[in-house]
Amino acid sequence: MGMHISHIMTSGMGGLRTAGDLVAWMQMTRRMKINEAKEYVAGKLGVEVLDLTDEEVMRQLREDLGLGLVTSVAGSPKGIRAKMKIAELLGIRINSVDLFKSQTGYPR
Amino acid sequence: MIDAISTRMGDGERVTMSASELKEEILAGTEDAAEKGGVPRLTDDELDRLFEIMADPNRMVSVEPGKEVIVTDDGGTMSFYSGQDGGGVGVPLSRLQAILIYERACGADTTSMGHSDYSYKPVKSIVNFEMNEYYTASQMTTAPFFYGAQPNLGLYYQPDGPCVNPAELLGKGDIEGAKKTQEEAAEYLRKDLGFVVRKLDTVGCEGINFDTSGSAGDADYWAALQAVRDLKKNLPHLPMILGASGEFILGMHGSVEFDGKRLAGMYPQDQVKMAEAAGADIAGVAVNTNTNQSVAWNLARATTFVKAATAASNIPVHVNVGMGVAGVPMMEQPPIDSVSRVSKTLVELGKADGL
Repeated sequence: MGMHISHIMTSGMGGLRTAGDLVAWMQMTRRMKINEAKEYVAGKLGVEVLDLTDEEVMRQLREDLGLGLVTSVAGSPKGIRAKMKIAELLGIRINSVDLFKSQTGYPR
Repeated sequence: MIDAISTRMGDGERVTMSASELKEEILAGTEDAAEKGGVPRLTDDELDRLFEIMADPNRMVSVEPGKEVIVTDDGGTMSFYSGQDGGGVGVPLSRLQAILIYERACGADTTSMGHSDYSYKPVKSIVNFEMNEYYTASQMTTAPFFYGAQPNLGLYYQPDGPCVNPAELLGKGDIEGAKKTQEEAAEYLRKDLGFVVRKLDTVGCEGINFDTSGSAGDADYWAALQAVRDLKKNLPHLPMILGASGEFILGMHGSVEFDGKRLAGMYPQDQVKMAEAAGADIAGVAVNTNTNQSVAWNLARATTFVKAATAASNIPVHVNVGMGVAGVPMMEQPPIDSVSRVSKTLVELGKADGL
């Protein structure tokens, strides 16, 4: 794990700590290269690209928007609930979210 | 700047080099890649920058704020609970626990799960177990959650699989027979990749990783490319990473083509175009580390290939940066001084979209 953690600390966007997962979704679902994906997510969040990896900015923004947090706030969206908000925010399709909606009668 | 720079060899051994020696290593590495791959070598400015990164006296280096990229993985969560042979630390966690720890405690941008026998053929017979675990975990994960495995054509040859082993036929001089058996095995692999992925899609799979495609040569790579193309016809919504296994595709068959292009001997700048043509969403690039050469040589070489690949690709390129690839030393605990230098260089100079 030391190697994985080294890469994450050296070059990674930080996942749920910041906006790494959101940028990753754009690479996966729209084949966006890194700069385009960052600009897209920053635009959707109403922040600068530099803010995407700023924990001080992203921590509160993620909580306000229900996008999931690294620290476990009881009752705060995580998992499939957070992914529903993420899909809606980014305007993307997430397979697990679609399945959840189809199984719960939630409008797609 | 001190003239006794601490650095490492490709096997992890710590060595000391003078500034001029380190610069010679870097130049030799990029020239090797340029010659073999038919790509431009790094520019003088890039060579200077790489030298600065390698000669930095700090233990770890990192990218500047705002320049970070996405980190994906190939079964990284298995490293918690697997043993030494899997590069693991042997902590008895469930797969779900490992996945959530990697997502929440390690700050990973994406996470994944895979079968301990990390190839698609063994997954086929236990796919319902995998589907159940994936479905359960996906309810709790927030970061993108991949299912990963290797195509691994070798498992389709006797005694592990139904097809005659081409190595035996080649030994007898039966080249045509060796080609035919690889083609037969590749069709089995293509079908199995499709079977497993379609099953996972039914439980809401968020992404698929075809890891180290081409490890058994050009027929292996062909099967993965073709499977991506097949799957994207019916599952356009399912993101797919198509990762390679080396800086050139091994010509075990020699004549396999995809879209009229021979796969044998393809370097990363062409591999990524194949991945894009097949319909992959992210292309993986792998450059093997030569343990007899220095990390500086290996990293300069890898960066040269990666820079050409990212320039050629219209889709994101994620570079394999595990042990023994892209300049990371080939040993079970890659020294983090080397790991961080590889990481920073591939982002800053290689323009990687992810690692």
